[in-house]
Amino acid sequence: MRLQFLFFKFTSKHETKFFAAKSLTVIYMSESAIKIQNLNKKFEDKLAVENLNLEVAKGELFGLLGPNGAGKTTTINILCGLIKPTSGTVQIHGFDVQNDTQKVKELIGVCIQETAIYPYLSGKENLELFGKLYGMNKKAIKERSNLLLNKMGLADDAKRVTAKYSGGMKRRLSLALAFIHDPQIAFLDEPTVAMDPQSRHAVWDFIKEQKNKGKTIVLTTHYMEEAQELCDRVGIIDHGKLIALGVPSELIAKNHVKNLEEVFIQLTGRNIREEL
Amino acid sequence: MQIQRTLALTKKELKKTIREPAVLFMIFLFPVVFVFAFGASFGGLGGSQTPNYHIGVVTSSSEDNPQWSQAFVENLVAKKIVTVSVYSENATAQADLSQGKMQALLLIPETFGDSINAYIQAPNDANQWLNSTMQLYLDKGSLIATQAVPPIIQQTLNSMLNQNQQTLQSPIKLQTASLVEVKTASTFDFMAPGMFTFASIFLIMMVAQSFTQDRENGMMKRIRISPTTPTELMTGHVLAYMCIALVQSIIVFAMTYAMGFRPSVVGSSYMFAFVLVLVFSVSNVGFGLITATIAKSSGAATGLSFLFVLPQMFLGTFVGASLSGAAQAAGKFVPSYYVTDALTSVFLRGAPLASAAVLLDLAVVSVSCIGILAAGIVLYAKYYKI
Repeated sequence: MRLQFLFFKFTSKHETKFFAAKSLTVIYMSESAIKIQNLNKKFEDKLAVENLNLEVAKGELFGLLGPNGAGKTTTINILCGLIKPTSGTVQIHGFDVQNDTQKVKELIGVCIQETAIYPYLSGKENLELFGKLYGMNKKAIKERSNLLLNKMGLADDAKRVTAKYSGGMKRRLSLALAFIHDPQIAFLDEPTVAMDPQSRHAVWDFIKEQKNKGKTIVLTTHYMEEAQELCDRVGIIDHGKLIALGVPSELIAKNHVKNLEEVFIQLTGRNIREEL
Repeated sequence: MQIQRTLALTKKELKKTIREPAVLFMIFLFPVVFVFAFGASFGGLGGSQTPNYHIGVVTSSSEDNPQWSQAFVENLVAKKIVTVSVYSENATAQADLSQGKMQALLLIPETFGDSINAYIQAPNDANQWLNSTMQLYLDKGSLIATQAVPPIIQQTLNSMLNQNQQTLQSPIKLQTASLVEVKTASTFDFMAPGMFTFASIFLIMMVAQSFTQDRENGMMKRIRISPTTPTELMTGHVLAYMCIALVQSIIVFAMTYAMGFRPSVVGSSYMFAFVLVLVFSVSNVGFGLITATIAKSSGAATGLSFLFVLPQMFLGTFVGASLSGAAQAAGKFVPSYYVTDALTSVFLRGAPLASAAVLLDLAVVSVSCIGILAAGIVLYAKYYKI
């Protein structure tokens, strides 16, 4: 910003306008954690994501809602660099996902849809392994692992191999793995699926805590009550298209319905979980 | 490349090997069971069983110096591990061989005595020698015969000519000859070098399963999301499997030693054997990656891995010697053949580590292993991003 101010000071009136405008853009960009422009993804003849334009601000908890096959996971996979878009760009903290992959990887944490943990390692060993993969030192890994195991209610089972964990415990550990390196941005792809209500509420508390710490979170879910409870803003995606975007309460009011579930039904004419 | 990431992945893979019962069995218990079974079956157990081979010898009545062929037969009988039947007619002897009455048939040429006389007169001048060839027919159905008989005959010939094991030139040639100390060797001793190779081959299956499982359960995706580079990922796995191969070869050696395998070699030869098996394990990681590329699931990977396991096993280890000529020629296209050949040269033939034959084998193994690993990485990375 200081550099731009200097430009502002030493240029003619005409040029001043140009740099002032550019400065505004830079200010706006620095405030957005994620910027998606004209994003398209085509698998053979199927368009999974169609002309998606979206910005998520720093510290925002954004919900990406939609039924199975709507394009949520494809979008998340593009955002974290797992798949290449057919066209369009994605920037994370100003870094292009395709060109600055390594920098983006250090900034993000991802809880993928699969319960991806090593079954032959204990919960603690899984966390320690990924701490090392993120380049953390031993002390930081130990502190962070203990913290996350406590938060996720896994401290008592930390030394058991995860093959012996219940489904809910595995999901919670999978979520903890996404936060081992204390990322600035977290992509959580249906983190509470197949969880019992108690575990789900524990996870909600954890997600809220991360948001309060200023982390940017993109959450995909087809649980409308989850989105309504957690998200600052939601985007409803169907057949790869963003069909609604806004604050949950505003979307509900705008559509004259009682909740987000009914918003979805009104917009698409079908239930969000009917394809399950 | 960050060492911390590489070593973390190596440690993870080693923990898997120790903690998963199926993997633990295939990697460590299988070689123990395998060596024990072969040792018990082929005379290694106890180390005191002496085998006996039945060889037919056809001598020619028109030989100028028959005393040499008689001396050869006497020397052969003196080995005490051979029973010799002397035939005057080739047709009768061939009939007996085809009926399984003996394990091998040796035809002594008419010029045999002349060749030896010429050699005695000018042992250092090959131009003065009269070359002749002894035809050896082996019972291809007998693994024992194909492994043990040629070296026994070759050694008998060498002792007659006062040649040592390292002498390469001789006026009398023998098909499939090798220079082996056979005085107390059992069939198991001839198998032992191939066993070092044999155990490591199953790494192919382990690597293929590991990569397909990680892909199936989303772990590969999770690693790709982390800052881990493809080089770190692959190096971590290769290091882990080299460690496993080293432990395997130590187990196999300990087992073969316990079963009576006592090669007369120095410590550096064992070091060489371990290094060779380590290099060989790299090719198995490569084959494993190729299998993981083709296989859609870990179950399919198990089956498909035999596409690479079986040729390496049958063409490149101790099994190969009992196969047809064509199969033996095909063996030269699998890395395990050169590993077994090098280990046989060092342990049984007493060849020095710096000998041309051993170095050539090492070079072939090294180059082919690097090539196979590179092919595996390229293919896997092409179809499943790493």
